Amino acid sequence: MNFIFSIVLSSVVVLILVLIPWIGVGALKLDTLFGIIIPYIALFVFFAGIIGRVIGWARSPVPFRIPTTAGQQWSLPWIRRSPLENPKSTAGVVGRMIFEVLTFRSLFRNTKLQFRSGFRIGYEWEKWLWLFALAFHYSFLVVLIRHLRFFTEPIPGFVNLIEQLDGLMQTGVAPVEGFMLPSVMISGFVLLGAVTLLVLRRILIPQVNYVSLPGDYFPLFLITAIGLTGVLMRYVLKVDIVSVKELTMGLVTFRPSIPYEIGVLFYIHLFLVSVLIAYIPFSKITHMAGVFLSPTRNLSNNSRFVRHINPWSYPVPVHTYDEYEEEFRDKMIAVGLPVEKMPEEEAGSAEEEKE
Amino acid sequence: MAEKIMKPEEMANVNHTPPLLSGWMHRPVEIKSGIYCYPAKPASLEYVSFPHAREWSPMDEDWKLPPNWKEIILEGLRERLERFRSLKIFMDICVRCGACADKCHFFIGGGDPRNMPVLRAELLRSVYRKEFTTAGKLMGEIAGARELTVDVLKEWWYYFFQCTECRRCSLFCPYGIDTAEITIVARELLNLLGLNIDWIATPVANCYRTGNHLGIQPHAFKDMIDFFLDDIEDITGIRMEPSLNRKGAEILFVTPSGDVFADPGTYTCMGYIILFHYLQSLGFDLTWSTFASEGGNFGYFTSHEMAKRLNAKMYAEAKRLGVKWILGGECGHMWRVINQYMDTFNGPADFLEEPVSPITGTKFENAKTTKMVHITEFTADLIKNNKLKLDASRNDNLKVTFHDSCNPARAMGLLEEPRYIIRNTCNHFYEMPDNTIREQTFCCGSGAGLNAGENMELRLRGGLPRANAVKYVHEKFGVNMLSCVCAIDRAVFPALMEYWVPEVGVTGVHELVGNALILEGEKKRETNLRGEPLPGMEEEKDV
Ligand code: SF4
Ligand code: SF4
Repeated sequence: MNFIFSIVLSSVVVLILVLIPWIGVGALKLDTLFGIIIPYIALFVFFAGIIGRVIGWARSPVPFRIPTTAGQQWSLPWIRRSPLENPKSTAGVVGRMIFEVLTFRSLFRNTKLQFRSGFRIGYEWEKWLWLFALAFHYSFLVVLIRHLRFFTEPIPGFVNLIEQLDGLMQTGVAPVEGFMLPSVMISGFVLLGAVTLLVLRRILIPQVNYVSLPGDYFPLFLITAIGLTGVLMRYVLKVDIVSVKELTMGLVTFRPSIPYEIGVLFYIHLFLVSVLIAYIPFSKITHMAGVFLSPTRNLSNNSRFVRHINPWSYPVPVHTYDEYEEEFRDKMIAVGLPVEKMPEEEAGSAEEEKE
Repeated sequence: MAEKIMKPEEMANVNHTPPLLSGWMHRPVEIKSGIYCYPAKPASLEYVSFPHAREWSPMDEDWKLPPNWKEIILEGLRERLERFRSLKIFMDICVRCGACADKCHFFIGGGDPRNMPVLRAELLRSVYRKEFTTAGKLMGEIAGARELTVDVLKEWWYYFFQCTECRRCSLFCPYGIDTAEITIVARELLNLLGLNIDWIATPVANCYRTGNHLGIQPHAFKDMIDFFLDDIEDITGIRMEPSLNRKGAEILFVTPSGDVFADPGTYTCMGYIILFHYLQSLGFDLTWSTFASEGGNFGYFTSHEMAKRLNAKMYAEAKRLGVKWILGGECGHMWRVINQYMDTFNGPADFLEEPVSPITGTKFENAKTTKMVHITEFTADLIKNNKLKLDASRNDNLKVTFHDSCNPARAMGLLEEPRYIIRNTCNHFYEMPDNTIREQTFCCGSGAGLNAGENMELRLRGGLPRANAVKYVHEKFGVNMLSCVCAIDRAVFPALMEYWVPEVGVTGVHELVGNALILEGEKKRETNLRGEPLPGMEEEKDV
């Protein structure tokens, strides 16, 4: 299995996933299946799966405090400590996690090996992965929030606000004839751009290429397909937004119904999203939940001053001092090391000698 | 062995591009001499009741595995998934972003793709997927799952004994995935089949029996200390009288036995003795122990259980001697165990008191429950409170740089304490480049029990990134001394430096202290603790 196989396989699977609703809705008119049943199943699988995952993780205890410390510990009062990189309390851990989750602190640290033989190995500034990852996750988030307009009535203020900001971002971009209605949302394009860069990076960096699995390409391709269908719907082959909202509102209010004539493109988009949602709990995308439970990041470095209990701790055989002295007593006495027990016969005299 | 080793220029010529067209999953492992360590001697395993002790050779086709080996491993893995959230999470959430890939010193210096932390972890993760995840069971290889076969087991043994558990990878991982943690568990599993290496198993058995890794028996331990006293007397004119196994002392001192045993660690050990002697007149009351004569813990490189069994000695001895608290010497993994495990393993140490420096009155609040203080915390506090008379010029022939040992850096955060001491005992101190020190420090390449002789090529390769940084400051500032707070560093760096940067020596921080400390009633010092003339004394000696 190499990267070519992984890429071909993942692309073929995504293509098939596009074809399924195309045929299902376009030819077989299975609107209810693709518009209602599959989304519900997907949501159910998502929630059941992710809850199962988190419970599964949480069921295993954290026997030891093993934070990776990334800065000066708290020791002597005059030594400046790093409260965020090496937290000693819960507040510090919360801060560390916030930086980790919201700004990808650890990725920001990234360097790239510059290997030149003859002793000039360098570790260069490398912020691309951090930048791509940040662009990807934040644009995804914005797209997600924008989509809340399909699931709420009235639409909450922050959704409108985000959308306005998202639209404003493109001021200055020369409008293409007939393209600027409705206003262009920058997030969708950033998302597609970031996904592309992440795919390229995965293929072009040999080490990353080598360790990649089909499960690394597949979600990227799936998200690309979702993004493309979304962009197509919004800007090119416009679908009937009113009908879409009717369907989505039906879904969230548990009074699902299929409006007429939404167009097959929408069903493809919806189906791909359903697949993604259902796929999350069984894939590496669980990192979004797992990162919060990672023991090297969410624990404070306090195990020298706050006792940590291992719930499955059990007594272990040890070699006691008495056993040790038993074996070496004579030798110890010979060099004048104190012992607990004098050998019977010379106990008295040896004791006296020493005093 | 040394003659078989290639030239540095040849060794430093490393290719980091893996064979992209063939995947890694089915590449058979190629076990190379110079890289692997000899298997454990049966007697050592038997001494601590480890299972399946036997004679076997990694080079043989047949590793003489027990017939139900697979069951043992899978059951062992299941048990550990239930015990360690870290393992479960780390098995599930890696996205193979590759941020960790070029952070491992073994990959940098060797180029073997399976030494990329992410791939090292995948060696175990692939089997986890096959046995414990639905996707892996259903889709097999496509889901990154792999059958556990004898070849996979051999691959595990080869590569999990090529990880020094240094945690550098975990620093850069966006989810904190710690390949060291995975290595620890994988070694536990291998140990269930008797697949240990001798350089770990024998020190473990020694430590269990004699109290220290090197198997130094109590009378010999005393002899060795006496040797130091003779040397110190020659140099300072003062006969010191440290106590051993003395009941009723206030403080118990525990340090790695490596420093009692071999140069240049011995000079650090002399440094301790001199410091303790200096403090004696100020009311310092300390004893060494021949029973708790090991600070390090090679048990930690076999299993959590063995780590606990060996670590138990420290508290047991503190209790027997009736001391108030414990002072710990310079050592790397020792401090990971003390900081992150000791209290949980063998506490609560309620028979001890919260550590207070008898000289300065400083309370070591950060050691409140463990009751164990790091010697650089202790000494830094002394210097800060002006309790030590130091003549830094005695170290003027040294241009010093400091190597952060992995564990004190990334499993504790002891960064400033040793630097403070160095700055006060030497006049010439230079840092290596930022990306190679403090939390980003590079491993010596020989930690976690890999400091054997037969794997010298692995060690030299693993040590390349560190050596490269030393070479940089050597060329730029004329650095000629690499200081550290780790006994393994002191044991392994001399060979590493001799190979990569021959002009640089190795020292412990307390050797610098021992040299600089001005003792009451000492004679005019002419040499340092190594017997080399002090700066300005060279000519006098010649005359
Ligand atoms: S940095 Fe973390 S998530 Fe990325 S490949 Fe390495 S272990 Fe996996
Ligand atoms: S812990 Fe250190 S030696 Fe092990 S994989 Fe990570 S970087 Fe490499």
